[in-house]
Order: sequence, then C-alpha cells, then structure tokens
Amino acid sequence: MLRDITIGQYYPTGSVIHRMDPRVKLFGTLVFLISVFAYKGIVGLAVVTLFLAAVIRISKVPFRYMVKGLRAIMVLMLITALFNLFLTPGEPLFQIWKLKITKEGIAAAVRMAIRLTYLILGTSLMTLTTTPNQLTDGLEKALRPLNKIHVPVHEIAMMMSIALRFIPILIEETDKIMKAQTARGANFDEGNIIQKAKSLVPLLVPLFISAFRRANDLAMAMEARCYCGGDGRTKMKPLRYQGLDYKAYAALILYLALLFVLRVVV
Amino acid sequence: MTSLMVKARQLVHEYIRRDEEGNPIATHTALDHVDIDIKPGSFVAILGHNGSGKSTLAKHLNVLLNPTEGTLWVDGKDTSDADNLWKIRQNTGMVFQNPDNQIIGSIVEEDVGFGPENIGVPTDEIWQRVEDSLKAVGMLKYRSHSPNKLSGGQKQRVAIAGVVAMQPKCIVLDEPTAMLDPNGRKEVLKTVHELNKKKGVTIILITHYMEEVTDADYVYVMDSGAVVMQGTPREIFSRVDSLKAHRMDVPQITLLAHELKKAGLDLPDGILTREELIEALEKLNESFKGRNTLCQ
Repeated sequence: MLRDITIGQYYPTGSVIHRMDPRVKLFGTLVFLISVFAYKGIVGLAVVTLFLAAVIRISKVPFRYMVKGLRAIMVLMLITALFNLFLTPGEPLFQIWKLKITKEGIAAAVRMAIRLTYLILGTSLMTLTTTPNQLTDGLEKALRPLNKIHVPVHEIAMMMSIALRFIPILIEETDKIMKAQTARGANFDEGNIIQKAKSLVPLLVPLFISAFRRANDLAMAMEARCYCGGDGRTKMKPLRYQGLDYKAYAALILYLALLFVLRVVV
Repeated sequence: MTSLMVKARQLVHEYIRRDEEGNPIATHTALDHVDIDIKPGSFVAILGHNGSGKSTLAKHLNVLLNPTEGTLWVDGKDTSDADNLWKIRQNTGMVFQNPDNQIIGSIVEEDVGFGPENIGVPTDEIWQRVEDSLKAVGMLKYRSHSPNKLSGGQKQRVAIAGVVAMQPKCIVLDEPTAMLDPNGRKEVLKTVHELNKKKGVTIILITHYMEEVTDADYVYVMDSGAVVMQGTPREIFSRVDSLKAHRMDVPQITLLAHELKKAGLDLPDGILTREELIEALEKLNESFKGRNTLCQ
C-alpha cells in the first residue's frame, strides 16, 4: 500500500516540454500562477484556458492521467466552493433557513473552483515533465543569487535530491518494519484514532533509528568521495539554455503581456 | 620507502567514551600498535572477525579517522597532516558495506559522476570517466537505471565504479560482500580482481570470509586491534591451529587437507583449492602404487 505513493511523479513522453531547461519550466509555472489570479473577464479566462490546453497538448501527457491528480483535492475544492457560495454578500437569489445564496456567491464559487483546478493542473504539469533531479538542479541554479545573502542554496538542493533518492528506500524499510511488528502481534488497522496513533510508535522509532544510521553512513561515503560542499564542484550535466528555451521564454513573456493588455482593455 | 602504497608504523587508535560533561569514562583500543606495508599494485586482504579493528584501520586509510598515536603514510603522504587530506581521499577510494547507503545519485551514471564532480573534473572528462568506469565494472548498460532497481551485487559494482571514476591508485573495500548473496559476492570479487590486474589498482580487501582471501597477494589477520598473523595466503592457511585460536574459519578444503595430514597422510601444508588437493592426493596415490609394485 505504501508503494503507491509517488512523489514528483514523472511521466516520460520525450516531448518538447520534457526537453526544456528546468529553469524555463519553473519560470513558466510562476507565470502561469500569476496569470491564473490576474486574469479578468471571460476573454481573460479563455486565454488562460487556451494556454493551459496548448501546453498540455504539447507535453503529450494524457489528460486523463492529469485529472487523476485532481481527485485528491476534491474535498478542498468543495469546501472553498461552499464557503464562497454562502458567505459572499450581494444580491440574494434564494434563501434556505439562514443561508443566503447570492448571485455574486455563485460567480465567486465557480471562479474559485476554476482557479484551483488550473492551479493544480499547471503545477502538476511541471512535476510530470521534469525529473526530480532536474528540478533540484534548476532550483539550485535559479536561486544562486540568494547565495550572496548567505542562503545555502547548494546545500538545500543537495538535501532535496538526497531526500528524493531515499524516499523509496525508506518506504521499503517501513514496509519491512510493519511486517516485523505485525508478526509480533502489532495491530496497525484497528481501534480509534488515538489507539492508531499509539500503534505507530513501534513503527516510527525503529524507522528513525535506521534513517539516522543511514544518514551517518551516507555522510561518510560522501566525505570519502571528496565531497566538501558546493565550492569548486563541476557539473556532470550542467544546465545550458538551448534555442528552444529562449523561444519558450519569449512565448511566456508574450502570454503574460497579452493578459495584462486584456486586463486593461476589456 | 616512499614507493610503498600504505605504510603504518605503530598505529594506535583509541575510541574514548565520554559522559555528558565530556569527561572520558572509558577507552577502547581499536588499533594496537599496527605495522603494515602494502606495495603498489598488490592485492592485500585484511582478515578479522567482528570488533577486530579492521574497519577502523580502513577508515584511517581514507582519513575518515586520525590515529591517536603512530603514523600512517598513504602514497608517501602523512595522514595526520591536514593539507594532505583531499589528495589522499582522491587517491584512496573507499567502498563500504551497505550498497544502499553509499549511492548518492538517483540515476546510475549520475552517482558515478558524483566523485569527479567533487574534485572539479571538467564536464566532458566526467562523461568519459563515467563511461570508462562503468565499462570496467560491467555495468555500462545500466547507466540510465535507477539504483533502487538493481540487485545488491550490481549496486556494489556501481559503488566501485563511483570510486574508479576518481582514478584512485588504491581502493579500500570494507566488507563489500557482507550484505550480498553468493552470486553478488562472486560478481564483486571478480570485478575487484579485474581492476587489480588490468588497471594495476592497489586493492585492500577487508573481510571475514576466508574464501575471498585465497587469491590475494598478501594477508594480514587482525584480532583485538593487533596484527596477529601475516603472510601469503598459503603461509597463513598452513597454520590452521593458530587461525582457529584467533577464532577464524579456515576454507573447507584447507581444513580437510589439514585433518588428512593429521591422520597420517603425507600432504603439503596450506592447500587452498580443490584442484590442489586432488593433485596432491593423486601424487600420493601414485607413490603408493609405486611402493605396491616394489613389494610384489
């Protein structure tokens, strides 16, 4: 059951989007997030929808696969929609007991639902088309200026990539410990929430101990291979912009400009 | 004397246990006046059971630990001199016991590239080195796989490739086969022997499996932090009784030959392989036959 968890689920199709520099995709996601909250009117929405649809099409990731990711936030979406529906003041349409449904409320609920859906689709498109390693590499390079104000950018990126590498190993270990404890009579499935939480203790304690032991071993192995931080390191796969990436940047800026023009004009 | 790869003189290492205020409460001598000489290009095995100090010695070779007393030279450089640290680590690669805990990259080739990245090798050369070292351990076709999907022996070979990519003069393997199944063990040993023969890399194999030692050039046996026996595998294994006194197992063939000899058969000392034993027994048989014909 634990094996089903996939973080940064990468969906390889070899499309143009997959081949892009991760920094472009990071910037693109940022631009898209801004646009989702900045658009105005039905024309603005149409432009955002068109843009998203086009990018999904180019990425060749099946739409159905992407929608699967939406299921997880269904509850969250429902709650925000309901809050918007009932709590927006304005011209009342009809009233049930003390709950008023207003015209503005319906509009706000629909707008919120659309925004959240687009938000999830846009960001998941990024993780679907970028391997975790590319992502950390991209973040490291994009955030390098922060080094000047003593943010340990390289160290953070290294931690992220090591964490990603050890997720499957630790999941396997959790499975193993669970089986071992079940064999000794532990029960992880029954009882109320407090009992369930308590039953996790014999799982978490050995897991933490083993994680620390692994961390210790890994640190030693890294040191033995001359690791001493980011200074003086070269890259096996350095990030270099290709022609494609510049075009993508141009398209993104054009898209953002178009939205702002629409916002002013319409 | 600088021609020696590793030279240890009166090496002592003490682990000091401290209480919460930092006052020492107990000391444990892990290395007790150890002398070791290892020639470049040789294949040296260090044997010992758990707690014999062999892993502590291995960590000294890569300067992960510093000696409490005595001196250790690796490739002619004193390990207690901090200026030599990175040079020594670059020249002495280290492979550890648990394959999962020493692989850093999430793709095989990225992990092999990790060492060269750290020592500042230019990008083009990293790719060349990664390809060469993956080829040397026979893992080239797995270069774009995730290490999580490999078997234990394959992971350990990736770890060896990661060390080879740094082009060290010497590789220290600290019980590299302890967590592997017999097949994985064979794969790893074969790889290590090939590196030793083809590339002339000095190999220091630390292990408690006797069978892995028979092909080594020289063997040190350690017990409670001290070197208690040393010599070629044949010399070591001809002293079955003193090996047993140090709680070491002897390869079954050697043991069989030893018992046969004790029972009165005229066999040579230190038989290591099945072929040697067969040959010796046949020779013996022949001489019996010779005697028999004389009697008739």
